[in-house]
Amino acid sequence: MSDNSGGNSARDVWVTGIGLISSLGEGLDAHWQALALDEPRVGSVDTEHFAPFPVLPMVPLQLDKQIPRKADQRQMEPWQRLGTYAAGLALADAGLAGDLDRLAHMDMIVAAGGGERDVVVDGQILAGLGGAENPDAFLNERLANDLRPTLFLAQLSNLLAGNISIVHKVTGSSRTFMGEELAGISAVEIAARRIRAGGQGEQFLVGAAYNAERKDMLLSLALGNTLWQGAVNSVWERANAGGGMVTGSLGVFLVLESRESAEARGKSGYARLGPVLSGRSRREPGQATAVARGQIDALRPELGDKPVGLLSGATGVAAATLEERSLLEALVAEGTVGPIRATQSLLGNSLEAAFPAQVALAALALSRKGFYRPADPTGLELEATDVPTQILATSWGFWRGEGMALLEAID
Amino acid sequence: MGKGKTRDHLGRPVVAVTGMGVVTSLGQGIDDNWSALTSGKSGIHRITRFPVDHLRTTIAGTVDFLFDEVPRSAVLTEKLAELAAEEAIARARIGTPGDFPGMLFMAVPPVELDWSVKRELYEGGDTTTADPYDRMIDSAMTLNSADAYEYALYACVAEKTADRFGTRGAPISLSTACASGATAIQLGVEAIRRGDTDAALCIGTDGSVQAESLIRFSLLSALSTNNEDPATASRPFSKNRDGFVMAEGAGALVLEDYDAAVARGAEILAVIRGVGEQADDFHRTRSKPDGSPVIGAMRQALGDAGIGLDEINYINAHGTSTPENDKMEALSLEAVFGEHVKSIPISSNKSMIGHTLTAAGAIEAVFSIQTIRSGVIPPTINQDVADPSVTLDVVPNVAREAPVSMVLSNSFGFGGQNACLVIAASPA
Repeated sequence: MSDNSGGNSARDVWVTGIGLISSLGEGLDAHWQALALDEPRVGSVDTEHFAPFPVLPMVPLQLDKQIPRKADQRQMEPWQRLGTYAAGLALADAGLAGDLDRLAHMDMIVAAGGGERDVVVDGQILAGLGGAENPDAFLNERLANDLRPTLFLAQLSNLLAGNISIVHKVTGSSRTFMGEELAGISAVEIAARRIRAGGQGEQFLVGAAYNAERKDMLLSLALGNTLWQGAVNSVWERANAGGGMVTGSLGVFLVLESRESAEARGKSGYARLGPVLSGRSRREPGQATAVARGQIDALRPELGDKPVGLLSGATGVAAATLEERSLLEALVAEGTVGPIRATQSLLGNSLEAAFPAQVALAALALSRKGFYRPADPTGLELEATDVPTQILATSWGFWRGEGMALLEAID
Repeated sequence: MGKGKTRDHLGRPVVAVTGMGVVTSLGQGIDDNWSALTSGKSGIHRITRFPVDHLRTTIAGTVDFLFDEVPRSAVLTEKLAELAAEEAIARARIGTPGDFPGMLFMAVPPVELDWSVKRELYEGGDTTTADPYDRMIDSAMTLNSADAYEYALYACVAEKTADRFGTRGAPISLSTACASGATAIQLGVEAIRRGDTDAALCIGTDGSVQAESLIRFSLLSALSTNNEDPATASRPFSKNRDGFVMAEGAGALVLEDYDAAVARGAEILAVIRGVGEQADDFHRTRSKPDGSPVIGAMRQALGDAGIGLDEINYINAHGTSTPENDKMEALSLEAVFGEHVKSIPISSNKSMIGHTLTAAGAIEAVFSIQTIRSGVIPPTINQDVADPSVTLDVVPNVAREAPVSMVLSNSFGFGGQNACLVIAASPA
């Protein structure tokens, strides 16, 4: 579907705040340092607790800084803490933290999976079921006795948004989209469309969080044999060796705002968010490529003369990653696409948070007038030579969903 | 923007409803549901899907007539949506089978692996693996089942629904707790107003009554424990209400740009005139004591519709039958409508179908439209002991004939979700 982002207008969408936390660090400076300045490397990797799968855990956070009340912290599961923390960073970065008048009208779109299970309780029940005289009655009894009432709230997908309302006082509309990378793509897309339309919101808080340190999610992903085992390397290397993704903890929120609204309060943006395109296919061979090609073609009129830098959301899952690579090689050959960076090589996949993170990293690079360092021994990612004025952020979900956004420098 | 000329009071395209469908514990399809609802029949019954040993609540409005074996939650959720959407699309006579010319906005309950699946994985795993999750993970990778895998993913039900009906663009799976069904409609309305699409398929579906989901709500003391006579357990607004009754079902609406619908000769069933929403920052499960977010959501919906208070002639309540919700809803309605509220009939479908959770807002929108079209207001049943603090005309026990042209439909959910719809017979 087309997204007519128009030219330079009051209804332009600006990224005016970013909150980003991951295994690489907290905040924009830390991410710039790790991805653009330092020799590329993953942060700490946990190869022990979730073996055979490596996961990339969140750097330590001082939760009190963004979630001051311990009572609030206790009511949340880790993924909600990560999201609520990142949302606080984004609001502060946009100069909106504590601005109760504006927060009361701020609209929110959160992309979420589901809540975390109490794996200890699950494990005890599973171990006991086999020997129980009446397994169903045993299950009922144990669940009734062992589940914590508050856990249920942590398991509701919309309770990240609920916690952000409570902690940060964002109380306009509140929407939660569910389901892997595409939920994050749609969240950014619909927020942008609402801003461009006029009359459907001026300031949006959009984002997601993923806690990689959870076996319940690894179980779901293992059902599809989607996970990489072994040392963490680049997504391109993984795709060449059977494929698989590495999950990484990440929290990201963006403040998206109409240019009109930002300028009225004297705020500039990191970047202008141009068209955001979402698509889907059943992932039969060539289908995702066709969707992504259509997206590139839709964006062509907006692209400048120079090849555009691209942040790929490739996951390392073999079929999709190899297909995406072929497409990117063709786009480089024809001069449409310039330097490519696969952010998941270093950050891992954060599912619902993956695409908002791509948008955040694209906006960051545009604002710093630089690009990230290549991290790919297979030769697809080449050195960048020019200061980028446009960057494409893409995401091919690990099972479904293809998304693409164009970000542009403001000055 | 749409190509036609019909505009609302803010110059926006008008959003028509051209198709609708429903499944609840009362039956499949609008006709069966409507005859049951207007005769005051309850769909609440004793739970037979799973043993109820050790459970405080043993009743629910489950939909048990679709599968011979007990289905997984996501499978039932998908089936309910399919049936409601089929009815809605057939009624709208839009597109061709498998090719719906518009977007999909779908409210689905959060997905979790059913205990039946976990047990199977655990039992199929290596008994020497100490950690139960490690054991299930080993087993999962050996099993290599596309079906088990896909139904464990959060977007699965909407993806399969999009595949089935051939909707356009990326399907949106959404969850705003018990306001989800209304949120799906809001998203469709907003997309049509923006001109992103001429048509939208908006679905709320929920087939998630399982032992664990029931226990979770029980632990929050949210459920009725009036197990003896299931049909009388859900008593919204009455003094002896003691909690909601979990239930299942689906509601689907085909929304269209009004002019596009007229141009193709579609029957206009109703118009979504206004939508309103305001999040609550007070507490994860309780409303702000002054009701201000609920009041704000209702006022926004009325303002968005551009209508006066006296134009609403029926309110389809959220009315869950919990002490907290019904008190807050009544208080907020009084604040919005003042003394006039006493002259507006208000009823809760949940007295008969229970609380269909994720699906409720969509199902109740369908019933609101049917109320407009039939001129019959379904009652709030089980009104034997009036709550003196509730001064509303709840249409007690017996359906009432009355002309209805403008409905306010309320939906509220955990996590501070408040969404309201204004549904009308015609554009102006």
